[in-house]
Amino acid sequence: MPQIAQIAETYSSQIFWLLLTFGFVFFVIGLGMVPKVQATADARDAKITGDLDAAKAAFARADEAEADYRARDAANRAAAQATLAKAKAEAAKASEVRLAAADAEIAGQIGAAEARIKAASDAALAEIETVAADAARDMVARISGVDASDEAARNAVKAALAHG
Amino acid sequence: MAQSGKIDPMHQFAIEPLFGTDHLSIGGFNIAFTNSALYMVAAAVVLWIFVVGGMKRELVPGRWQMAVEYMTGFIKSLLIANVGEGGKKYIPYVFSLFMFILLANLLGLLPLGLVGLHPFTFTSHFTATGVLAIMSFSIVLAVGFYKHGFHFFSLFVPHGTPLPMIPVIFPIELISFMVRPFSLGLRLFVAMTAGHVLLKVLAGFVINASNAGVGYGLTVGSASFILMIGISALEVLVAVIQAYVFALLTSVYINDAENLH
Repeated sequence: MPQIAQIAETYSSQIFWLLLTFGFVFFVIGLGMVPKVQATADARDAKITGDLDAAKAAFARADEAEADYRARDAANRAAAQATLAKAKAEAAKASEVRLAAADAEIAGQIGAAEARIKAASDAALAEIETVAADAARDMVARISGVDASDEAARNAVKAALAHG
Repeated sequence: MAQSGKIDPMHQFAIEPLFGTDHLSIGGFNIAFTNSALYMVAAAVVLWIFVVGGMKRELVPGRWQMAVEYMTGFIKSLLIANVGEGGKKYIPYVFSLFMFILLANLLGLLPLGLVGLHPFTFTSHFTATGVLAIMSFSIVLAVGFYKHGFHFFSLFVPHGTPLPMIPVIFPIELISFMVRPFSLGLRLFVAMTAGHVLLKVLAGFVINASNAGVGYGLTVGSASFILMIGISALEVLVAVIQAYVFALLTSVYINDAENLH
């Protein structure tokens, strides 16, 4: 086994060259270059994390803006509905008032018209009585020759009209 | 072993000085540039090329950058899972350790023998894995004593141990703690050595059976060859798993030092 057979003459050379080469590897590559490689990887990881965080924050802001928009929209809708309801109520009140006024006016006109009709029909009735009384007196005079009094004729007509 | 058909499955682990540097030394210690050292340099260079390709630092990564960032991210999640947020500062060390061992294992498995080169896996030498294990263990000790001072010894007294049990538990825990660098280093060394020996033994079967005659070649030889294909795939898996186990155990031990149960 050369590892053991040659140990006396080779150990110093082995140790010397191993320390030299590993020293180069450790100091030049391990300490000099690996941290830079690692820093690049770390910077990339940091950038990815940062970008993801920024994206998340942007998402959160977008959600917030949307919620804000929704809230404002709802408020605007409520305000619009309130205005609409108020306008409706005012319009209803105004039309009620106008309707009442119109009703009153119409009622007045109807009352007046009814009064006129009543007066006209009363007048007509009175005229009919007079005409009927005259006619009754004429009929009595013509049939019996008796001149009936105006009073009697009128009463007879009244009785007949009341029954008729 | 030289008798077994002239194919020595252990020869692949032999360390040979290259480029005439046999007697290069510092302070009396030989530091010859060997085939082992060549593969250490190769692992370091390949790792450097790999990581440099991922240094474009683009926000939207290309394939290469993605691969490098995947590896660093893998080590990061390993440390966070085992140590917690405090584990991040060990990423450079555990990444270096994991990638260095992984590339050493994988480069040693390359079929370079086809073009006449001799692949070498330096993680199959405990002189190499031992140094890596001792390094990890030293970091655990240094962090443990730096962060917790002598309170770090409470690691050897598990939470809720009855007082009379402490004299018994403490040595057991201490020994199991002190064994860690050995288990860490030997595990990698043994796994890589065993796998490479097995591949070489089977390759030797193929060659020797084929040399013994057509009948042997078609039966024993082809059966061994098919088995080799499967075991080669398994060795790639072992190469990755052993690197992962080394990194995982290092981070588990670091967790003891960092958080002290």
